[in-house]
Amino acid sequence: MEYQAKELFAKHGVTTTLGTVVETADAARAAAEEIGGVTVIKAQVKAGGRGKAGGVKLAKTADEAFEHASNILGMEIKGLTVNRVLVTPATPPQEEYYFSFLLDRANRQYLCIASVEGGVEIEEVAKTNPDAVKQIPIDPGTGVDAAKAREIATEAKFPEAVFEQAVTMIEALYTVFVEEDATLVEVNPLARLEGDKLEALDGKVSLDDNASEFRHEDHEAFVIRDEEDPLEAKAKDKGLNYVKLDGQVGIIGNGAGLVMSTLDVVAYAGEAHGGVKPANFLDIGGGANAQVMADGLDVILGDEQVKSVFVNVFGGITACDEVANGIKGALEILGDAATKPLVVRLDGNNVDKGRAILDELDHPLVTQVDTMDGAADKAAELANA
Amino acid sequence: MSIYLNKDSKIIVQGITGGMGSKHTTLMLQAGSNIVGGVNARKAGTTVTLDDTELPVFGTVEEAMKETGADVSVAFVPPAFTKAACLEAIDAGIGLLVVITEGVPVQDTAEVWSYLKSEANKAGTRMIGPNCPGIITPEESLAGITPHTIAGKGPIGLVSKSGTLTYQMMYELKDFGFSTAIGIGGDPIVGTTHIDALEAFEADPETQAIVMIGEIGGDAEERAAAYIKDHVTKPVVGYVAGFTAPEGKTMGHAGAIVSGSAGTAAAKKEALEAVGVKVGKTPSETAALMREIMQSL
Repeated sequence: MEYQAKELFAKHGVTTTLGTVVETADAARAAAEEIGGVTVIKAQVKAGGRGKAGGVKLAKTADEAFEHASNILGMEIKGLTVNRVLVTPATPPQEEYYFSFLLDRANRQYLCIASVEGGVEIEEVAKTNPDAVKQIPIDPGTGVDAAKAREIATEAKFPEAVFEQAVTMIEALYTVFVEEDATLVEVNPLARLEGDKLEALDGKVSLDDNASEFRHEDHEAFVIRDEEDPLEAKAKDKGLNYVKLDGQVGIIGNGAGLVMSTLDVVAYAGEAHGGVKPANFLDIGGGANAQVMADGLDVILGDEQVKSVFVNVFGGITACDEVANGIKGALEILGDAATKPLVVRLDGNNVDKGRAILDELDHPLVTQVDTMDGAADKAAELANA
Repeated sequence: MSIYLNKDSKIIVQGITGGMGSKHTTLMLQAGSNIVGGVNARKAGTTVTLDDTELPVFGTVEEAMKETGADVSVAFVPPAFTKAACLEAIDAGIGLLVVITEGVPVQDTAEVWSYLKSEANKAGTRMIGPNCPGIITPEESLAGITPHTIAGKGPIGLVSKSGTLTYQMMYELKDFGFSTAIGIGGDPIVGTTHIDALEAFEADPETQAIVMIGEIGGDAEERAAAYIKDHVTKPVVGYVAGFTAPEGKTMGHAGAIVSGSAGTAAAKKEALEAVGVKVGKTPSETAALMREIMQSL
């Protein structure tokens, strides 16, 4: 979110105004009084187009700040409920620029995108006047030093009056990008304020979860739990790789690619069964022991939309008998909480042992089908029953 | 013939003494791989015995290569140490570096890639991964974690981002067998791309047809399609996972995310079909398409 991005900007010396983040209209009034003068009330959600959605308002007085905050808090922007607003001093820009560093997957390097013609309307500028949007490749091995920052500022054609400030800011933004392990650091707009002062008026930072895991313990504080789906939050707490979708067939599989493929196969099978769809993505990875399987089933069965569950495992390193024992153990752990039919397809490593374990278990909720397509069809049929 | 890996490959394992490293070294030995040793700076001079084979542990990749003549390294080191392990292997001049580790920060991989394409990479090291199942040339050698029991040697070359989909596809086409199957990994930046593998399979006389498995996110499949159009004469069958994935949700692999209209499975399928690649909607349909091609060759 904007206020979090600005915290990271400030931490690394990027000129910005933090403002005050509040969760109530009363607090917004107090913040506006404290700041004094004209303020801006800005919705804080992880979505673009906040201004167009009516989530950004100018307040001449503290009472107006209260009024705008009352309207904005609780508002929905792109499906996200606004629970916080940022109150900042109103600093009308003389000019607006765009600046970002990002990961360029296609070229396996970093990319700097800069434009001195238009900030917030950057997509429009890119379409109508692509030459005005400079794309400068950055070698991750050498990065951005003072000389490179100067080169970027020159190529982007920052006006002389703010040129030196731009060079300093570019270096500082690259520090944010590298030191915080970001995949995107964006300033939009980068504003030239009265008195030729350059400031990051709004920004966005995307962080790499892999790096946050062991290099940035402080990043945990940026996770806003109230925007998360409750089932996704529960799965996260259990260390599961789960994404909630809108459908009736719960999915458990091993390996991201196979699970994605399973979603597709279930969706196709669903076409013949009342249009049922996959209810989630859940990759239990390599070690499908009883606890992981029970946790996974527990999350999926907590989804009221779910009518059936499809467990699709190809035993590569994971042995099918371990998975079968995992299912058996999970059903014991869950007991009466397990209420929906389970369609299980096991293949690969130790498949005979795995299937034998489930045959022997002979659980009323469990159906085994030998192929992925057949099992998807059965799971879709049961979800439509 | 095969690509990148064959029976003469001499393999060392970085992180051989760790849980993953020792488990998979055992499996690689069972697959017939010529494992000649391992690396762990803290256990240099000792040996480990896996699958009844006593293997020397060296302090550095350089030393391991000097003593054993190794030309392939498989890395099972934790994410925090992966960058250093890769740079060490490149400096030592290893020919092929297979990085299995999942969870490597993308900026670390970006730096390693920058190093790989710089002049510092004197030996021309090729990296596969990170976050990948590695590479298998059935009945010859395995450098990674793909089960060697799924399929034997044959005329199909396979390249995939995903591990379990690789296994699924090898299983579906096990009656034909594979020249080499390579899992390039699901991270946003990887050392070996679909295009690299396509180029190698095209040049490999043993490979008669190629299966290419992709997934949502990025534009690697679209670029592979452009490459196929100009450079690949062998039949290619494609599969893309994630047709039903919603926008903005990351599906397991860090790279698997649909952003706006970019990176969708439908767009990738279209790009591939436009250059004559037959694309299956499911793994079984993809296998059936390959089956038809193999029977007509």
